[in-house]
Amino acid sequence: MTATASRPGTGAQTPLPLDVEAIRADFPILSRTVRDGKRLVYLDSGATSQKPRQVLDAERWFYENVNAAPHRGAHQLAEEATGAYEDARAKIGAFIGAPETEIVFTRNTTEAINLVAYALSNAATAKEPEFRTYAVGQGDEIVVTEMEHHANLLPWQQLCERTGATLRWLGLTDDGRLDLSDLDTVVNERTKLVSVTQQSNILGTINPIAPIVERAHEVGALVMVDGAQSVPHQPVDVQALGADFLVFSGHKMLGPTGVGVLWGRYEVLDKLPPFLTGGSMIEVVRMEASTFMPPPQRFEAGVPMTAQVVGLGAAVDYLQALGMENVLAHEEALTAYALEELAEIPGVTVIGPADTVARGGAISFTVEGIHPHDVGQVLDDLGIAVRVGHHCAWPVVRRYGVPATTRATFYVHTGYDDIDALADGIRAAQKFFGTV
Amino acid sequence: MQLESMYQEIILDHYKNPHGRGLRDPFDAEVHHVNPTCGDEVTLRVKVDGDTIADVSYEGMGCSISQASVSAMYDLVVGKSVAEALETGEHFMTLMQAKGDPAVAEKLEDELEDAVAFAGVSKYPARIKCALMSWMALKDASARAWGGTA
Repeated sequence: MTATASRPGTGAQTPLPLDVEAIRADFPILSRTVRDGKRLVYLDSGATSQKPRQVLDAERWFYENVNAAPHRGAHQLAEEATGAYEDARAKIGAFIGAPETEIVFTRNTTEAINLVAYALSNAATAKEPEFRTYAVGQGDEIVVTEMEHHANLLPWQQLCERTGATLRWLGLTDDGRLDLSDLDTVVNERTKLVSVTQQSNILGTINPIAPIVERAHEVGALVMVDGAQSVPHQPVDVQALGADFLVFSGHKMLGPTGVGVLWGRYEVLDKLPPFLTGGSMIEVVRMEASTFMPPPQRFEAGVPMTAQVVGLGAAVDYLQALGMENVLAHEEALTAYALEELAEIPGVTVIGPADTVARGGAISFTVEGIHPHDVGQVLDDLGIAVRVGHHCAWPVVRRYGVPATTRATFYVHTGYDDIDALADGIRAAQKFFGTV
Repeated sequence: MQLESMYQEIILDHYKNPHGRGLRDPFDAEVHHVNPTCGDEVTLRVKVDGDTIADVSYEGMGCSISQASVSAMYDLVVGKSVAEALETGEHFMTLMQAKGDPAVAEKLEDELEDAVAFAGVSKYPARIKCALMSWMALKDASARAWGGTA
């Protein structure tokens, strides 16, 4: 039997929770061909997602109808642009269970993390006493994990270098999980902040956030959750999460590039000094000194990425119409199928959890005797887009003793036929390089 | 399939049976180069005798293109003067910038020998740096070994 998008060719006839054909019709790019007329099999949503027409239309609507700088000017366009911008903020906040006052727009996840890291070092020299609440300095410790994307590692390394604080980390188990056995010693009374990914971009592992939050709060440390790979793929509610910060990128969740989100608990954001300063974020400006707006405006200097925020609002509408529970179930079904299919190919080793328990739709693997770049090249020749390399998580590939991996990531338009194409492509690579 | 235009038989031969592989003593300079976007690495040693490259030895890990490139380079540069080797490197760079133009490959065929097989790689921007990594390492090591007087 030949696989279709929604039904697998082998194994249990489990229809996918999402109507893949209907969803694909919303994504203009999926109708183009690549490499001499081949259907585009896009398995690189973990790097950046494709955009449905609804998101593109929302950006175009903004520019064609209400374009103006928000929070400035008293003309009708400025009013409407401000309305569109703030409506989107409320919508995006509601998507993660947060009030709009706790939603700060950044360029992406990377900038959101840097915003907090710089606020924590700026705190040490802030002239306002309340801004020194969370100051990080000598003797303090910052905790991350060995599973982090470079974006959730380097800002903390740099913070430690600036302030004299010490960076510590939780290690990984051989089966691709966080090793929490020494949580109580790594997170201790000296810890000021723990930053951890909710879902690994390379291993697919979904991490238990609750025990980390519990331990961190027990010792008075803040917790940041990197949601770049979780918010697009599963329901996330900041009230249930219990952390102090959540960061994610619009472009990985069907939204435009150039917009990311920092969610922070209001009482924490309120005590942080700004990262970037300039227009929009001020209360009173004099030549000698200035005062700042409350959050979120304090952290949004300059004219923001207004059309992109409106586009991200449309992406949230799109995801909510599908239902995040369905998105999660869809990717779980695909992941289970993909793990089965890959397990049948001799020489293929999955780096990361081998089952679907607490595991998202990012599958990294190696193919014996063929470097990931060469695997990726053969797949590309067949129209299949995957990521190869260390996936901006160099310590992870080093931990598992491989120079690099090939990674396939899934999303709402991914079907069983895409997984079959991947498996056939890996076999084609083995044939081409003569390893089987 | 366009694959054959990149993975020429000569390239796959060098990949499977690399020439001159392994780190050898004595040497005058050792460099370690990485390709930060993909994690490929090469450690390369150069031994010069007068102004001649007496030996190039290397260890590395990476894709077929990067590994075959260092093997083909070994064949090309050992026994040449440092200046000649670096000039060959410049010509290899020209080949990599040719976007698959057969006229460029034809012109450089005699000089680049097996390395002209990498012409197909120049059509794939993401892979050009794989082919160039070893040549960059050679340039760096030669400058150190020769005290920058080349």
